[in-house]
Amino acid sequence: MNETRPDPEKILERLKREEERESRAKLKLFFGAAAGVGKTYAMLLGAHERRTSGVDVVVGVVETHGRAETARLLDGLDRIPLREVEYRGSRLREFDLDAALARHPQLILVDELAHTNAPGSRHAKRWQDVEELLAAGIDVSTTLNVQHVDSLNDVVAQITGITVRETVPDSIVDRADEIELIDLPPEDLLQRLREGKVYVPERAEAAIRNFFRKGNLIALRELALRRTAERVDAEMESYRRDAGIAEPWAVRERILVCLGDPEMGLKLVRAARRMVTALKAQWIVAHVETPAEMRWSQSRRDYIVDVMGFAADLGAETVMLEGVRVTDEVLAFARSRNVSRILVGKSTRPLWRQRLEGSLAHRLVESSGDIDVYAISGEAGEEGPDRASTPAVSRAWAHHLQAVVVVGISTFAAYLMYPYFAPVNLVMIYLLAVMVAALWLGRGPGITASVLSVMVFDYFFVPPRFTFVIADTEYLVTFGVMLVTSLTVSTMAHWLRVQADSARKRERRTAALFRISDELAALKDPDEVVGAAARMIGEEFDGRVVILLPAAAGRVALRVGDLGTPHHERHEIAVAQWVHDNGEMAGRGTATLPAARGIYLPLRAGSGVIGVLGLLPNRPGDTLRADQQRFLETVTNQAALAIERGQLAERARKTEVEVESERLKNTVLSSVSHDLRTPLAVISGAASSLIERDGLAPELRRELAETILEESRRLARQVGNLLDMTRLESGGIAVRKEWHSLEEVVGAVLERLTPAIGGREVRVDVAGISLVPLDDVLMGQVLANLIENVVHHTPAGTPFEISAAPEGRFVRVDVADRGPGFPPGSEQTVFDKFVRGSGAGSRGVGLGLAICRGLVEAHGGRIEASNRPGGGAVVRFWLPLEGEPPVVEPEPHALPGEAQAP
Amino acid sequence: MSEDAAKLPVALVVDDELPMRRFLRAALDGNGYQMVEAATGEEALREAAMRSPDIVLLDLGLPDIDGVDVTRRLREWFTAPIVVLSARGQEGDKIAALDAGADDYVTKPFAVGELMARMRAALRHRARAGSGEAEAVITAGPLKIDLVKRVVTRDEAEVHLTALEYKLLSTLARQRGRVMTHAQLLREVWGASHVGRNHYLRVYMAQLRNKLEADPSRPQVLLTETGVGYRMRDS
Repeated sequence: MNETRPDPEKILERLKREEERESRAKLKLFFGAAAGVGKTYAMLLGAHERRTSGVDVVVGVVETHGRAETARLLDGLDRIPLREVEYRGSRLREFDLDAALARHPQLILVDELAHTNAPGSRHAKRWQDVEELLAAGIDVSTTLNVQHVDSLNDVVAQITGITVRETVPDSIVDRADEIELIDLPPEDLLQRLREGKVYVPERAEAAIRNFFRKGNLIALRELALRRTAERVDAEMESYRRDAGIAEPWAVRERILVCLGDPEMGLKLVRAARRMVTALKAQWIVAHVETPAEMRWSQSRRDYIVDVMGFAADLGAETVMLEGVRVTDEVLAFARSRNVSRILVGKSTRPLWRQRLEGSLAHRLVESSGDIDVYAISGEAGEEGPDRASTPAVSRAWAHHLQAVVVVGISTFAAYLMYPYFAPVNLVMIYLLAVMVAALWLGRGPGITASVLSVMVFDYFFVPPRFTFVIADTEYLVTFGVMLVTSLTVSTMAHWLRVQADSARKRERRTAALFRISDELAALKDPDEVVGAAARMIGEEFDGRVVILLPAAAGRVALRVGDLGTPHHERHEIAVAQWVHDNGEMAGRGTATLPAARGIYLPLRAGSGVIGVLGLLPNRPGDTLRADQQRFLETVTNQAALAIERGQLAERARKTEVEVESERLKNTVLSSVSHDLRTPLAVISGAASSLIERDGLAPELRRELAETILEESRRLARQVGNLLDMTRLESGGIAVRKEWHSLEEVVGAVLERLTPAIGGREVRVDVAGISLVPLDDVLMGQVLANLIENVVHHTPAGTPFEISAAPEGRFVRVDVADRGPGFPPGSEQTVFDKFVRGSGAGSRGVGLGLAICRGLVEAHGGRIEASNRPGGGAVVRFWLPLEGEPPVVEPEPHALPGEAQAP
Repeated sequence: MSEDAAKLPVALVVDDELPMRRFLRAALDGNGYQMVEAATGEEALREAAMRSPDIVLLDLGLPDIDGVDVTRRLREWFTAPIVVLSARGQEGDKIAALDAGADDYVTKPFAVGELMARMRAALRHRARAGSGEAEAVITAGPLKIDLVKRVVTRDEAEVHLTALEYKLLSTLARQRGRVMTHAQLLREVWGASHVGRNHYLRVYMAQLRNKLEADPSRPQVLLTETGVGYRMRDS
């Protein structure tokens, strides 16, 4: 099947390359994922084999790292003595390049290609030594770990967190004639490490141990495998090049192959291929789907897809077009793509039909202009789909039969009207029948109805009646006009129907598209978007939708949907991966990988391909028509945009959170440093005054001491708040609810805060509440913060009140004052961290209310701040009344003479 | 050591923070105590054995032994009062120390006056318990509790109490000035089976306050030690 002839010059070049490769020295690389996989061991084994087959093998340098099994393999091999180098007082032993060159063996073993030579050696790096050996015509076997490959160095550093300084350029790896991958599963390697079989230098022990983690090893192993696989790919590529496969041509001509009837398809494609090769042209195979084609059988449609796939395999670009008139679509496409020649098949239909309907080739020739049109002949039925079994054919016959029925009904009506109307007027009834037939049943039945109408009219109503004989020749004109009119009506009615159908279809699709994009636009979470897109597209196309998004290392992974058995899944994911990598659709019904069970489309968004959408038909074997494919593409693009939007929104949200937390951190630092430093400065200043100035008046001393006390209390309060906030945010506060008397909790707080409250009047009205489930310590903290807030933000002497009342399943607690109130608009923000009231009275890091909110919410309640009508502020919180209040057994008896408690 | 100094009560201060010990030395010296220091739990146990202090001030956060454990080990043989120094938010530790035999606690940061009052109350209680004499009448603010006649008067007017109210009040009154944990009160008044039913205390304390306090929402005699228990003010 391969009909390309390899270019002789290229073959010569290849031969030259091969000769060169033969003559020059060979580099063999033993490649591994990490130290300890057994590269040196493998290299030595190989050397023994070569020696037995008569090759002059010499050991240049081999590091056994004290491994006995490796050292044993050195026996029987010639060794070049190592050279001793003095460096900063220590003696280093290095590979002796000159001795090796002088010895000139056929094969030399040089371990650890990435090694850095001791200062003062000829080359800084060992790989440079190797290059010199190779240049001298000596074959070299060497070992290399993946982390030492220059281009992979970054990746390795990212994976392991360890930067390897000794690297080897990729060019020398590429230069290697043979790479042998020494692979060892991570578990085995770790086992070897535990058994002490891996050399670990003492000074780097910690780092190396860190390096030898299983995760690292798996990643490194994958890297090594991949690097080797890439090389195999490259070799394959070069072989294909040499064999003349898929060589790109300089584009001179562009040929369009127009598939008409599927029966001609294969022959047409083969013919086109010959022409294309001869012309060194680019070629496109196109098929136009027409409304008529929708009545084709599935096998016929599949056949078109197969032909397209075959063409794609031969190197053609394949395109599905859609339109009503094939000629127009083909020519428009040809012009848009600068096509110089069009190939069509000669029609296989009977000549009379060609005459009647016109053949595609003829119509193309008529309007092609400067594009050459070639018609290729073919034998019908040579290959092709089975036409006879198409259900569409029997359906067509049914339609013709129905047309006959319609004419029959008209005849019956006309018969009833005959006594009252002139025969010519009855023609109108038949025209109506023709129109009905054409509209409902299609063009063919319409024509049947036209012809039949004329005949029936003649037979029944034209005198002499019940014969086909015509008495009055004027009726010939009537017949002529009737036939032409009815044929025209039927044709027009048919087109009307087709257009109405396609308009309806378009409208339905537009509506579906609108619905999908509308629904997707309402979703924010990327996972939701992905799920909704899959669901809606699946419903629209009567199939299951899978969505695959890239996971690690550019591999797509299934996010939504199910691909069946693991075997199927593997296969389908491979198709999806291809789609992701190439950004083109593939799978069932397309020219690429048509054997797949589903069709896969790239999710193409602003930033490129962000994933793959697959559609698996509910009825296996269904393929999408070109128009459906295009609609699927449109919908997929919508989904892609929505998914990308979701992903971007999520990223933005994350960034926002980061920015917010950064901002908060800065606020914390500045607030904390200010609010802790101020009291500290006051305390140390006052204390040093007390120490340094002995002659202070007693009242001044007292004042300073009081200042110290006051500021230290403030400091304690702020540190306490910070600690509370930290514990609250880290979830370190456990709410231990017990049934408490609110009055008692309030009373304890007021008692504790007596010095701060001073002489203010406090009105407490909580007696209406008996027991409430709460944590008294934490709720005491809430009340204390609220009261301190009042004390700090209202002028001295301002009264305040604490009240509580049941409200549904909650208890509402108010702490209210008649002070200046909250600044308007700040009611929502006062509970945020580090928000403090304005004005002179506001001191402290602004954590008090934030802690209140945290604690109230930890109780399952909520808290609000507002200004009171008539002035002042109120902070109101609700605590849930959950569970049954505990029972307190009544006292068994009262002491004699004492009253029972109320 | 002078004769005079020997008569001063000896206070053993156990705290690992030097500034804290320095501050307490100044405070105790000025209030007529002789101070002995210990920085660790082991040292505290040793000093307590050697010096037999009249009172121990014990920080709960010691570097070597947990303060509650120190209390427990001291209580194996040591009978003098122990006052625990603790930080805010350590209610659990406070209760544990009190249940292990500590007499009272003060929360850091505290005022010297508060600490001295607690120490005085603890010492007085020991003295009362040691004297073996049963008190007949206890006065607390406007309240007068006649333990013999079992009559409670407020501003000279008799107040009717139920049996349990009276038992609760008299328990607090005998230990006045000292904190009593929920568990201690429940065990004393209702019996061991009621330990854990803290709501009994809350209901009965509310009843007592309604009968005895001028403003039950701002009690002056029957004080709440949030998260720990109750205390009757010792005036």
